[in-house]
Amino acid sequence: MKSHPSALTRALTRTPIHLALLLIGTIWLIPTVGLFITSFRERADIHADGWWNVIREPRFTAETYVTMLTSTGQTESLLQNFINSFIITIPATIIPVVLAAAAAYAFAWLEFRGRDVLFLAVVALLVIPIQMTFVPVLQLFNATKLTGNFVGIWLAHSAYGLPFAIYLLHSFFAGLPRSLIEAARMDGSSELRTFLRIVLPLSVPGIASLAIFQFLGVWNDLLVAIIYLQNPVLQPMTVGVLKLLGTYGTEYGVLSAAAFLTMAVPLLVFFSLQRFFVQGLLAGSVKS
Amino acid sequence: MTEGGLREEPALIPKKEETAVSRMRDRLGPWLFVAPAALLILVFIVYPTFWTMRLSLFGGLGFNFTRFVGFDNYVKLLTNDPQFLDLSKFPPGGAVVNNIFWLVVYTPAVIFVGLVVAVLADKVKYESIMKSVVFTPMAIAATAAAIIWLFVYSADPRIGILNALLTTVVPGAEPVSFVGNVDLVNPAIIIAAIWINAGFTTVVLSAALKGIPVEIIEAARVDGASGPQVFTRIQVPMLAPTISVVAVTMIIYVIKVFDLIFVMGGNNGGPLGSARVVAFSQYVETFNNGRAGYGSAIAVLMLVVVLPFILLNVKRFRAEAGR
Repeated sequence: MKSHPSALTRALTRTPIHLALLLIGTIWLIPTVGLFITSFRERADIHADGWWNVIREPRFTAETYVTMLTSTGQTESLLQNFINSFIITIPATIIPVVLAAAAAYAFAWLEFRGRDVLFLAVVALLVIPIQMTFVPVLQLFNATKLTGNFVGIWLAHSAYGLPFAIYLLHSFFAGLPRSLIEAARMDGSSELRTFLRIVLPLSVPGIASLAIFQFLGVWNDLLVAIIYLQNPVLQPMTVGVLKLLGTYGTEYGVLSAAAFLTMAVPLLVFFSLQRFFVQGLLAGSVKS
Repeated sequence: MTEGGLREEPALIPKKEETAVSRMRDRLGPWLFVAPAALLILVFIVYPTFWTMRLSLFGGLGFNFTRFVGFDNYVKLLTNDPQFLDLSKFPPGGAVVNNIFWLVVYTPAVIFVGLVVAVLADKVKYESIMKSVVFTPMAIAATAAAIIWLFVYSADPRIGILNALLTTVVPGAEPVSFVGNVDLVNPAIIIAAIWINAGFTTVVLSAALKGIPVEIIEAARVDGASGPQVFTRIQVPMLAPTISVVAVTMIIYVIKVFDLIFVMGGNNGGPLGSARVVAFSQYVETFNNGRAGYGSAIAVLMLVVVLPFILLNVKRFRAEAGR
């Protein structure tokens, strides 16, 4: 006789699962929620009691953000840092995506001598520690005066992103049906035209996930920025937050607001484009 | 002309008119697609890699590589730099040992958490919300995550929720300085790293989990297997290939981990340098201590450690391409 567990026993056996997930969800949310609430509390409140007390006495203010983004003095540079993050990230996303798309097309669909060896070299470069490049690149920047502007870091971020970008786009491009590419060629389409009119439009999801990866990688970078951008006027948000921690480590309001502002852009990108993000992640880590 | 696609008969393709110009274009064309990317990679990755190997054999102050010292930097690193590797005491210490501690504790832990979330979330209706919650920290900067956790760990019970809990649950307990304590700083930072990366292991393992045929699980159920048995005897073994891929990614993360330690441990790398890892030493020696040759030697050691993974990647790719 087959036993049919009643709805009640099934619900009971599943309770531990719900409790475990609730616990995990809480652990994952609490730290961020705490930072978020702290950034909207009044300075006196922050120093009086913990952020969780807002449940008893809800009192919020956007004052910290307003002073951070408008006033002069040490907070002025945070606005500059925020703007710099965009100035650094946008070209450092577009350049490698464009260059990688062209290269990935050649690796996937064109015949040329040394193609396979060259592509294996790209695969080999995927995990090379960027620490191997810092000193020579900095020497190069010093010699060419590229440390004092954004050009150096655009190029460096682009280069560091290229191996993964080529690898990821190659797997998307190579998955397109051969018949499609060959039909275009038979119709007399040039390679450039095949690339622009057929391969690119069909690979929008792949390109989107790559662009998100590169954008988040550059926006969230700290190491490359502290090494190549020594001029405070050029530094991005991550470096700004780090400096704030060093000089105003107990100004919890400003610190939490600055940290939250750093997170706001990636979170926005992530939540609006999550589908592409996860898709790219899976394509990049476990090739199906 | 798409109907001929499945058969792929290149003989049907009409021969283009061969002129000197078109031949040249056919041969140069592919290179024009590859050249810009190749140039950037050569200038910013390949050439610097070899140059750093050379610089690691030099001494001198700052970026003045004035003295050729052979392998002295390496010898000193591995035998005479307690901050980097200290085998003279027990337990051994230094950045290398600390990195090994990360490897042994962090890697299995982050995979285990990912596995648990993937398997449990698979059984409930709010699976996608659950995965989003765990995945969100992946999107933010390690710098911001470090600040978030510095708040959680704060020794001031009015700021740090952990110490608030501790002093409330255990009346009269002294607040603990998690990141200021030599024994607690590493587990504290590792927990933050798990919080950041469990989203990655969850999403990848969850996708693999969906690939296990339902019939297999159901057959085991019919044979009387319990939930935990299905997990340990069927799901985990069937996920083994994916677990190994995820493990490799996490090991490479550990070898390179820097931001979290630099922000949470400060310029000194934790109290008495107790949170230092190899990438941290590389940065500090090169840029703070003005010993770029010495720092280059550390970078080369990092390369040596990832070398097996580079070979693994290449091998794995060739196997896939050969199929």
